[in-house]
Amino acid sequence: MVKISIKDLTFSYQSNKILDDLNVIVDDAEILSLVGPNGSGKTTLIKCIDRILKPKGSILLEGQDVQSMKQQEIARRLGYVPQSSSTPLATTVFDTVLMGRRPHISWRVSDADLDKVADTLELLNLQELAMRDFGQLSGGQKQKVLIARALAQEPAVLLLDEPTSNLDMKHQLDVMETISSLVKEKGISAVMAIHDLNLAARFSDTLVMLKKGVVYAAGAPNDLLSEKNISEVYGVEALVMRSLDKPCIVPLRSLNGAAAG
Amino acid sequence: MSAAHSHDNPAADLREQYEKFISKKIFCLFAFILAIILLAGYAATRGSADIRVADVYATILARFFPGYFQTNWFSDTIVWGLRLHRILLAIVGGIGLAIAGAVMQGILKNPLASPFTLGISSAAGFGAALAIVMGAGFVGGQWLIVGNAFIFTVLASFAVYGLAKYKGITPETMILAGIAIMYLFSAMTSFLQYVGHAEQVQEVVFWMMGSLGRSSWDKVWIVTVVIVVCFPYLLLKSWDINALGAGDETAKSLGVNVERTRVVCMMLVSFITAAVICFTGTIGFIGLVSPHITRMIIGGDHRFLLPISGLAGGLLLLAADTVARTLLAPVILPVGIMTAFLGVPFFVYLFMHRKKEFW
Repeated sequence: MVKISIKDLTFSYQSNKILDDLNVIVDDAEILSLVGPNGSGKTTLIKCIDRILKPKGSILLEGQDVQSMKQQEIARRLGYVPQSSSTPLATTVFDTVLMGRRPHISWRVSDADLDKVADTLELLNLQELAMRDFGQLSGGQKQKVLIARALAQEPAVLLLDEPTSNLDMKHQLDVMETISSLVKEKGISAVMAIHDLNLAARFSDTLVMLKKGVVYAAGAPNDLLSEKNISEVYGVEALVMRSLDKPCIVPLRSLNGAAAG
Repeated sequence: MSAAHSHDNPAADLREQYEKFISKKIFCLFAFILAIILLAGYAATRGSADIRVADVYATILARFFPGYFQTNWFSDTIVWGLRLHRILLAIVGGIGLAIAGAVMQGILKNPLASPFTLGISSAAGFGAALAIVMGAGFVGGQWLIVGNAFIFTVLASFAVYGLAKYKGITPETMILAGIAIMYLFSAMTSFLQYVGHAEQVQEVVFWMMGSLGRSSWDKVWIVTVVIVVCFPYLLLKSWDINALGAGDETAKSLGVNVERTRVVCMMLVSFITAAVICFTGTIGFIGLVSPHITRMIIGGDHRFLLPISGLAGGLLLLAADTVARTLLAPVILPVGIMTAFLGVPFFVYLFMHRKKEFW
């Protein structure tokens, strides 16, 4: 079943076209990763799907046009995890995750909301941190709390913008495994913008390779991550090997003049 | 719930922890209310005529429950006629300024924001100066200065909105527009002081220092009504203000109409501030520091921060006014000076001993 269907999507900042006539399909319970060099439009696409930005074209979420939905309705069905969150003003981890219930509540927090937050914290193994200040957490812990906040929205799709940036190797794996198990256990889909091709290859069902705001190629990691595609899109000569039945990319050198954006 | 039981159910345990955490905030709210009641009782005893604390409360309650509490003409005149309206103006004025400060810091995501960030104090100062020096204004008679201060304050916030709207309503555009408006009105006030007579300039300076000496029951009621009308909306928006603290994009993704929330909150805050400072003069420190003090005690959740900051502001302004009128009695110092003298040491103490990252 198709979760998100993006058709003829175009977005410009003033006269500068960032996304040009994009078509992308996100299936049920899949991890779709947007890859491509800086400035290729990955983050912009994530923000367009969540209607943080308002593009031209159509985005159907479970058959319903996102452009015609109220922001609150979108927030009940799409959970957004930003690349980095500015530290909220003196809030605990529990409060930060409770904020994810905002699309479902008017003002009063019900027992069911508190249970939902407690369950989400437990699911992500964050219960020990519940009463700690969000600002005092490590980068990896913060990232997991932001994922928990998005999960508390009870979304059909998680949108993640560079979820592993600024994290060390262990926390990168930790966060990606968390996302992967959530998709499997809860049956939700995840769309993420990601730079690390090896992580994308290992954890994604589908990759969409963007170059200068258009879809250069889309498909399974095994099919998509070829030396030719990497060279064309990134302007980098790379060695593509196989490890754990997944492509493993070793960048060798930058190809002068071929770098894309 | 028993420890063994809660240990078996981590989610219930977490919920219990959170409910305790919330109970502490509610306790803090009631503690501030009690502190205000006690300080108000004490403040009403201070002055040239001697009156005991018990008589103050009895005199107040006698108006509401005449069969249960006894008072006399002397106490009634002192409390109801002379002191209580000043005390209540300090409380509601402090509440208004502190709520306004907490909202401004929240929607602008800026620890230095206060109701005056938008140029409000200099606009009010200019309005008052125009009335004092030129005798010109929108309303006449005894309301000339008050009316001018109020109207110019509201005009300043519309000007900030207009300027910021041009480039998009973000914290940066609002602060920059506010600074521009502030300097404009300050320059115009300086010009009026330059051309005014010495007595007029003195009156302008005194007005801008802030004072509760011009209090009356009418003024208490006006400020109270404005706060009662505006505050429920701000409290209702406390979730959205919390979300704005995590950034505009996150707030949008949580379903918040970012621009509308910011504009409506700004307008209501300006209205509250205008209603207070047109009667009291520019008392700047309360709106800046009360939210910080409260945030250090109870954290940054605006559902609790807004009401408790308000109470902290009311308490601080009442304390400052009480000290201002008794320290060098019979000389009454401008309360605007005293708020900083009292608030800064307390603020610095909390700041030096803080355990949490509060901003």
